[in-house]
Amino acid sequence: MSIGIEQGMLLAAILFLTGLTGLLVRRDVIFMLMSVEIMLNAAGLAFIIAGSRWGQADGQVMFLFILTMAATEVSVGLALIIQLFMKFKSVDTNKANTMNG
Amino acid sequence: MNTLFYISSAIAVFATLKVITNKVAIHALLYLIASLLSVAVVLFILGAPFIAALEVIIYAGAIMVLFVFVVMMLNLGKETILDESNMLTKKMFMGPSVISLLLLAEIVYLLIQQSIVPLTMKMIAPAEVGQLLFTKYLLVVELGAFLLMSGIVGAYHLGEKEKLVHHRFLKTGKDIA
Amino acid sequence: MKELLWLIVVLPFVGSLILVITGKKLSRFTCVVIGVGSVSLAAVLTVFVGVDYLNANPTGLPYIETLWQWLNVDGLSPNIAFHLDTVSLCFIFVVTFVGALIHLYSAQFMWNDEGLKRFFIYMNLFVGFMLTLVLADNMLLLYLGWEGVGLCSYLLIGFWYKDPANGYAARKAFIVTRVGDLGLTIGLFVLFITFHTLDIQAILVAAPGVWPVGSGIALLTALLLLSGALGKSAQLPLQTWLPDAMAGPSPVSALIHSATMVTAGVYLIARTHVLFELAPVAQATIAIIGAATLLIAGLAALNQHDIKRVLAYSTISQIGYMFLALGVGAWSAAIFHFMIHAFFKALLFLGAGIVIWALDEEHNMFKMGGLWKKLPVTFWTFLIGAASLSALPLITAGFYSKDKILWLSYASDKGSVWLWLAALAGAFLTALYAFRMVFLTFFGETKKVPSQKPGLLMTIPLLVLAVLSIIGGFIELPGDMGHFTLFSDFIEKTLPVTLSSAPGHYIEFVFQLVSAIVALTGIVTAYFYYFNKPFPAAEPKRNALQQFFYQGWDFDLLYNTIIVQPIVFLSQIDKDDFIDKFYTALASLTLLLNKILSATQNGMVRRYALVLAIGAIITLTIILYL
Repeated sequence: MSIGIEQGMLLAAILFLTGLTGLLVRRDVIFMLMSVEIMLNAAGLAFIIAGSRWGQADGQVMFLFILTMAATEVSVGLALIIQLFMKFKSVDTNKANTMNG
Repeated sequence: MNTLFYISSAIAVFATLKVITNKVAIHALLYLIASLLSVAVVLFILGAPFIAALEVIIYAGAIMVLFVFVVMMLNLGKETILDESNMLTKKMFMGPSVISLLLLAEIVYLLIQQSIVPLTMKMIAPAEVGQLLFTKYLLVVELGAFLLMSGIVGAYHLGEKEKLVHHRFLKTGKDIA
Repeated sequence: MKELLWLIVVLPFVGSLILVITGKKLSRFTCVVIGVGSVSLAAVLTVFVGVDYLNANPTGLPYIETLWQWLNVDGLSPNIAFHLDTVSLCFIFVVTFVGALIHLYSAQFMWNDEGLKRFFIYMNLFVGFMLTLVLADNMLLLYLGWEGVGLCSYLLIGFWYKDPANGYAARKAFIVTRVGDLGLTIGLFVLFITFHTLDIQAILVAAPGVWPVGSGIALLTALLLLSGALGKSAQLPLQTWLPDAMAGPSPVSALIHSATMVTAGVYLIARTHVLFELAPVAQATIAIIGAATLLIAGLAALNQHDIKRVLAYSTISQIGYMFLALGVGAWSAAIFHFMIHAFFKALLFLGAGIVIWALDEEHNMFKMGGLWKKLPVTFWTFLIGAASLSALPLITAGFYSKDKILWLSYASDKGSVWLWLAALAGAFLTALYAFRMVFLTFFGETKKVPSQKPGLLMTIPLLVLAVLSIIGGFIELPGDMGHFTLFSDFIEKTLPVTLSSAPGHYIEFVFQLVSAIVALTGIVTAYFYYFNKPFPAAEPKRNALQQFFYQGWDFDLLYNTIIVQPIVFLSQIDKDDFIDKFYTALASLTLLLNKILSATQNGMVRRYALVLAIGAIITLTIILYL
């Protein structure tokens, strides 16, 4: 018996939702970025699982692009975090909120 | 194979849970690296060795290391850890957990509806991936190159220290800091 | 010569137009010359045209001069046409002649006023419209003149517009007369629907054939026309505007609110007399309204302290006499009294204007006194005017005209003894308040010295009108003094002869004696109460009844409570205009959405993520279950 696609998708879903929970709960911007990484990883895993179901390499190509994008995003995001930290002297997102709503 | 899959997926889930409930940034990052490694194992089982290798090298090896560098550079002290522990109460987790569980329920419902389709778990060689990249997805590769280029330039500029801008007519004698 | 009839009407309009067009370029003297000259020229022309007409038509056939067809819409085709017969000749003579005298007077009276040119524009415009009214061949042209004089009355009452009280008085005059004009308009609609023409003579000829005597529709039409007349002539119940109209300058009060505009109602009823004869109830109503008004206004005039308000109430009262005469069918007596009243009331107003002008805008009679030596010409002419008003026997014109009305209110076929008693009581009151006015203003100790004396331009009109107030009555002697009925013969060429089943001349002489005694009693009573008595206070102490009379029998209060307050209340309910809210709903909704949505932009990043997650749940749910 091999693994069914549902189990794989279930794994990806659980990882994704865990990342989402982390994003909603954490106030620290670094942790938020980490949660986003978790989510991205889970999405890529879903792609691979889908590609494995059909036996084609398209899923892996997708994962490659997601990886590329994640790398870029992390570098730019971390640079921004550094700037944020310089300006507000803390990584708390509440403190960086100057909008009136 | 199946048992390996289940074990590594269990480790992945556990590690991810530890990531989001952690108070110290570095510890969370280490747990994240563990999660990524287990996901790499799962990827290998599913027949994508190339991707599994890439996951280890780039994701866990570069991106997470970048994270660690930045966290160390920020040098968040004990006060941050105290703040975090004040905030991470059980009550805080309730709302988002409810939302996530709702979503999970919906996804499970969707998945149950269909009959179980087995995964082929065919080992796909990197050559095949490369073939696709250079023929079918060529344009996207180029776009990915653009993306990386903009990322580099952007990261460089964003990392610059703020310069005190002064006009040459307004030089007062006190020079740049 | 009588072809120049149209020129009589056009001349004042041309004068007004020239003054409007030339702007500020003319000197004051030129403005005065144009303003006075146009009306004087019209007066001179009236004499020539009148003589020529009477020579050409001795039997009184009307002379109709059609200028052009005004409009032709679906059967309604009135012409701009002037209809000259003895009645309209009498009216245009009074309007132009008295008008010319008043223009001459106001040349000096308004000389130092900055709105001199505007004054003459409005006055000329008024004379033009009044002439249109009395010379109109059809009801639509009459209505044009009617509305025009209403407009000019508004403009002239509120002439000194910088004081908001004057504007309020002008608006009150316009709105109250408008209520009457509404009735008149509906009456015109009924007339057109029934007769398919608005030509007055055509209607008067056709009416007895179409409407039986006493029919409902005739009564309705007559009452509608009557309501218009009530509004313009300030009779019950629309009389509240005339005392407040004294806010205008004195020449305005003299011309409009004593001699001409307020008699437009009398003219209307006299012109359409056939319709009123077809509705005896309406005619009886006219008589009763006239009798009631003259008493009410007489009592109110007795308790005023402002000299012009006394004269205003006196005008209302005297027009009540004219209405009384119309109501009992004494057509020529009403016209006669109109003419004589125009003379002495204009005289009284001009004299009062001089007193006010000389005492620097002092209106309160109780602050005047002892002026008979200081302003001699004014005093003697004013005395003659007051005597004529009180119908001093034999020597004043007022006696002849008022006495005729008194006699016919009893002796006419439609008269009754109650009407005569009411008119007699009114005569007593008239004499009383007239001489009260004279004694308070001109006798007693001098409380204020006049600062300026009237010049020639102001005294000549006074003298002319005083002479007319004396000799004007001699053209119509009553039956027992010889049968010299020049005037009524003149008028009865157009209007019906007054039917009178009078017992004879002896009874008439007794009636005259009674009215003469009553008038003299009034004068003597005034003498006892007011001659040379000290009045230290600015207003006399009034008990509750006198205060009620002073406030014009509280008609203002009545109308305020039953009409004004409910309307203001109803408009306050809709103060925010809830119907308008239907149109602004879209804008309000957009603003509301803006407020809600901008609250979501609060910079709290986690909340954004939360919303994303919730949105994902909702979307999935929808996809799953729908």
